[in-house]
Amino acid sequence: MICNDKLFAYRFTLFGRVLTVVLLGVLLVSCSSERNKANHLQITGSSTMAPLLTEIAKAFEQRHPHTRIDVQTGGSSRGVVDTRTGLADIGMASRALKPQERDLKAHTIARDGIAIIVHRDNPITALSRAQVQAIYRGEQRNWQHFGGHDADINVVSKAEGRSTLELFLDYFELRSSDIKAHTIIGDNEQGIKTVEGNPNAIGYVSIGTAQYSVEQGVAIKLLATSGVIPSSEAVRNGTFPLSRPLNLVTVKEPQGLAAQFIAFTHSAAVESLIEQQYFVPLAH
Amino acid sequence: MHSGLALRCDSRLLDRVAQTLLWLLAALVCGVFCWLLFDIVIEGGAGLSWSFLSQLPEDAGRAGGIASILVATLAVLVVCLSVALPIGLGTAIWLAEYSDHLIVARWVRRSLQLLAGVPSIVIGLFGYAFFCRALGLGYSLLAGGLTLACMVLPLLVGALEAGLRAVPEPLRQGAAALGLSQAGTLLHLLLPAAAPALMAGLILSVGRALAETAALLFTSGYVTRMPESLADSGRVLSVHIFDLTMNVAGGDHYAYTTALVLLGLLCAINALARLAVGVLFNGNVRRNEQVFSQ
Amino acid sequence: MYRSRIDRLLQIALPLLALLAAVIVLLILWFLWLESWPFIASGDLFNSNSWHPSESQYNLLPMVLGTLVTALGAVVLAAPLGLAAALFCRFYAPQPLARIYRWILELMAGIPSVVYGFWGLVVLVPMIARWQGPGTSILAGILVLTLMILPTASLLAEAALEKTPEHWIAGAYALGLNRWVMVRHLAIPHAYGGLLNALLLQAARALGETMAVLMVCGNIAVLPSSLFNPVRTLSANIALEMAYALDTHRAALYFSGLLLLLTVLLLVLGAGRLRQEYKHA
Repeated sequence: MICNDKLFAYRFTLFGRVLTVVLLGVLLVSCSSERNKANHLQITGSSTMAPLLTEIAKAFEQRHPHTRIDVQTGGSSRGVVDTRTGLADIGMASRALKPQERDLKAHTIARDGIAIIVHRDNPITALSRAQVQAIYRGEQRNWQHFGGHDADINVVSKAEGRSTLELFLDYFELRSSDIKAHTIIGDNEQGIKTVEGNPNAIGYVSIGTAQYSVEQGVAIKLLATSGVIPSSEAVRNGTFPLSRPLNLVTVKEPQGLAAQFIAFTHSAAVESLIEQQYFVPLAH
Repeated sequence: MHSGLALRCDSRLLDRVAQTLLWLLAALVCGVFCWLLFDIVIEGGAGLSWSFLSQLPEDAGRAGGIASILVATLAVLVVCLSVALPIGLGTAIWLAEYSDHLIVARWVRRSLQLLAGVPSIVIGLFGYAFFCRALGLGYSLLAGGLTLACMVLPLLVGALEAGLRAVPEPLRQGAAALGLSQAGTLLHLLLPAAAPALMAGLILSVGRALAETAALLFTSGYVTRMPESLADSGRVLSVHIFDLTMNVAGGDHYAYTTALVLLGLLCAINALARLAVGVLFNGNVRRNEQVFSQ
Repeated sequence: MYRSRIDRLLQIALPLLALLAAVIVLLILWFLWLESWPFIASGDLFNSNSWHPSESQYNLLPMVLGTLVTALGAVVLAAPLGLAAALFCRFYAPQPLARIYRWILELMAGIPSVVYGFWGLVVLVPMIARWQGPGTSILAGILVLTLMILPTASLLAEAALEKTPEHWIAGAYALGLNRWVMVRHLAIPHAYGGLLNALLLQAARALGETMAVLMVCGNIAVLPSSLFNPVRTLSANIALEMAYALDTHRAALYFSGLLLLLTVLLLVLGAGRLRQEYKHA
């Protein structure tokens, strides 16, 4: 090794020099990108809305070159907080504004319904409000009671703070501590996969996601709730009661690029994007 | 060593039993992993194509490809390693060679072990608060890389320190006797001798870095646009997989394909790491190959 | 000793780098402390008997237990399996097979936790559900965690075993000892430090794992009574609710992060004590 000293020293120095050049180059490149406030929008918030807003942002950037719309996730509450503090220009909130948030402006861009789902092999096709309450309160534990198989009901619910849960609790007049669940999930897809994996499970997810999954052959099915069969159409024309607004939140009336963007979200081009993400465009 | 290591008449039986047991357990472990690998390859193989690697994501990731995501992942990795390697090397050398008599060394080692136990989500939140907000980097690849460096440091230091400690003492004494400076001993003797450990540490770190999701979601972000600089936000492979499986309806298919690409990337980087360390240290990376195999 | 300029530079630079590495975790602790202070100050920790933040109930005990049980189970499973895999690779497998095995382990160490969790959700959980109960359970969590920490644990253990001095092995064979005796009485004792370190690092990782347990453990914040009951871990708790939490709820979540770090600290200190004892043995 000592006799390879010169070769080693040469290679080491060469490596060091190459690394320095590379790093300097990288730094130079990173300083040269334009960070112009006037054509840059930062949007943060709900992970439910993030895929939709990513697509809308892309469409907007194509129509308005030299603009940059960055979409980040972090949850509806983060979206609201970031908008208030100015860290984000627009916030995404997959719920109506809370009373303490009424000083902000909400722009609804779509609606999302919530459907109760069970495994496809479950013979039940509809549940009344009282029955759902009994199941989620843990008062009825066996599908047999409702005309199904003799099996324990596996109750799937959502984690606290999620707007889906709040909507569910609100509609079925339950409190969070009333619910006796067996599995708590975070995102819609986790719910679908959990119900798909267990023939005795019952859960609630976004209607659009559920409908899409059924079309793709996932082994779940949607239950009629209080007599109404869940569908995007029903949400659109208001006959389906379990629905929530998808809001873009700003501190005051939007101006400049933000105003352009929000106006864009109400245009016809975005309607097809909304449907592609399995949400419900607003009825005109 | 134990006294009474005289040949026991049942020790050959023990060896046979151990051999069978070890083969069985190893096969069990391998079997489960191969099952998982198999699932990924089968489900993801269909979507793999050149256009998948070269196009940008479309339709929330359900169509198009992952070009921007690959670039973002590589950028974050480069930042992570360029920060973690110097710090990790320096720390490991200091711990192994300079500080045995110091009590503070024990605390440095403990703090690194503690760092290894920080939940990835906490590191993500910390990274957001410190790198993105306090240091003003915002959602960026740079912030993501720095956060990853924090996660990867314990592994790197652990592997490297063990490698340096395993270098036999006579080597150091000989170097001192010949009048070689400490730096010289390090560069020409110790580091080359510890090269296999460096490689192992690098490979483990790259594996850990590529596997990290929560930490990067909050620091390098969610944007799928092709990043133009380190200050841009970009989505990495693991975050993309997370989004496709958990957040986007119908994203499973491309999630598997992305996972397959991630594994391929890991293989490629590992091979590259072996090559790089081999070239630098004159091929000293041939591991202490098993002396006796039966 | 001859002091060249570079030596002097190293004498300053190296401790600084080490200090930088050590400071990171201190920064994280400080950050967690700052963020969780509102919760600690409110005293809600001690007068809650369940976890229902919307009703100001912040009892963390079920989650602490969930974390400990799943991590412990994973370590108990992964330790022997990891050691077996490492011994297999190093001493019992023919060279080409060992290389392939190591390659598979390296690959597995790089798979995102999301993929493990997802696979657990769609493969393991239905399997367990057919046997008993909801499927999303402590058992599922333990199995998935074991899968996650096994590759790195094996690789680290194998690296530790590789450092067994060659002349020891040669000497053992020269004395007529067979492979198992050599492994048990020479290789493993020599590698105790490295093996313990590997186990420690991976136990810490198991305690902190977020995504995978989030998907397979069921996330019910209630004290479990059997292996098939669902359970929520501290880190899954943070991941589930942080995005939507405000004020005290948020501070409570940061506090659970702090709690987790304290658990890891205890683990690290305990392992350090163990190692001291082995050094004197």
